[in-house]
Amino acid sequence: MADLTLTKDAPSRTWRSHGRTRRSTRTVRVAASAVIAAATVLAVLIVPPVVQLDEQAIDLALKLRPPSLAHPFGTDDVGRDLLLRCVYGLRVSLLVGLVAALVATVIGTAVGAAAAAFGGWTDRIVMRLVDTFSSVPHLLLGIFIVAMFRPGVWPVIVSVALTHWLSTARIVRSEVLSLRSRPFVDAAVSGGASRWRVTARHLLPAVLPQAGLAAVLMVPHAMWHESALSFLGLGLPTHQASLGTLVQTARGSLLAGDWWPTLFPGLFLIVPTLAIAGLAGAWRERINPRRRSELML
Amino acid sequence: MLDLHAVTAGYDRRAPVFRDASLTLAPGESVGLLGPSGCGKSTLARVAALLHRPDSGRLTLDGEEVRGWRHRAPRRLRTAVGVVFQQPRLSADPRLTLHDLIAEPLRATGRRTEAPDRVAELAAAVGLTGDLLTRRPHEVSDGQLQRACLARALVLRPRWLVCDEMTAMLDASTTAALVAAVEEYRTAHGAGLLAVGHDRVLLERWCDRTLEWTDCAKPAA
Repeated sequence: MADLTLTKDAPSRTWRSHGRTRRSTRTVRVAASAVIAAATVLAVLIVPPVVQLDEQAIDLALKLRPPSLAHPFGTDDVGRDLLLRCVYGLRVSLLVGLVAALVATVIGTAVGAAAAAFGGWTDRIVMRLVDTFSSVPHLLLGIFIVAMFRPGVWPVIVSVALTHWLSTARIVRSEVLSLRSRPFVDAAVSGGASRWRVTARHLLPAVLPQAGLAAVLMVPHAMWHESALSFLGLGLPTHQASLGTLVQTARGSLLAGDWWPTLFPGLFLIVPTLAIAGLAGAWRERINPRRRSELML
Repeated sequence: MLDLHAVTAGYDRRAPVFRDASLTLAPGESVGLLGPSGCGKSTLARVAALLHRPDSGRLTLDGEEVRGWRHRAPRRLRTAVGVVFQQPRLSADPRLTLHDLIAEPLRATGRRTEAPDRVAELAAAVGLTGDLLTRRPHEVSDGQLQRACLARALVLRPRWLVCDEMTAMLDASTTAALVAAVEEYRTAHGAGLLAVGHDRVLLERWCDRTLEWTDCAKPAA
């Protein structure tokens, strides 16, 4: 006769089937991304008010000095400290990235959810408009928008936000369309829920993780757009530090063999981008239902 | 009276799932609908629950001809029919606790204040204990979740019930408990029932009459 015995051992960890090496690599990557992202945010929030140095202070006697203890990132072509300029520039780029990504995500989520929830002609008309806007290269559309205003931070934010909601609208629409036909939505309709309540109570909460992920991934993309617009001379005025204007003004120095005025602003753009992408990747893994169900085991 | 007359419905107008199906339910009557997979029983149940617009035909609910489906149907008609679906996992919003799941129709129809009492009453009727009500769908079994889905269907006191293979995934004791809960409700409120399923023995014991979907065109009554 067979006996069935039950033992209450410590919870099994066999769900981590991909092995210790891969897990530790991922943990290190996520931890490094978190540290860099936190350092970036702290630097742009704390350094300018605490240090209270003038990032626009010109000292022609110190122009184009290579990195040293006094100026760790060197100086630019009019003797301004590049470390300070980079921190101020990152502050502007991060502001543009965060606000533009937030605005684009709100617009994209609202448009995508409305198109899918109403369906029919509303959906067709809205999505054809999205297709039309998508067919224009968004840097070109961004240049057109930013050219209508005087140079400054807000025209750049408007330009980036108005050209980047399209992909979020598509993601949200497809998610809502797939959810709309689920029986739990039928149950809500049968229970007397209005179209608005079904969208707000059942559909939007289900797509918010995906919309949030799209927003996080859009932050570095928006930073790159700001830099591209500033590099083309259409973003911020040249005296105002942004990573794009720093690279743009340093182009001449690079041809003369002075590498530091372009390298450090470039690193300030690339490293936070990688950190944000690393964190977004970890979040995507976490919200992936298949992965989540493994974690529940 | 719930009267479906010459209904043709499907998901492609050129190839409907069934044609010219007619079915009449008297108030308080229970009708079982039997038939092979894919013949259109669930589609017919969705039409009767005002969740699927038919290609042609007429549906009359308590003397009123239905002219719109889903959100286009007036709320009082939609809520007159309670629906229990086959798969509880798919028919429960995974973000809601079982308490919120049951109370949701009351909140959606502006009767929020009734929720605590009504949920407690229905939880007892379907056999859900208090601790289960605080859990989310992934934390309970299929049988427990289907009990909550049945309570949700009954919470607005519908005059008609549509059970689309409600017990298909459940064990015998849960099936018996759910059928008993439905019958108790029908006895108390005089609701009509359309029960769709494959289980001939169950439907013949449960319902006043059963209809056989003889071919993939329409039911035999």
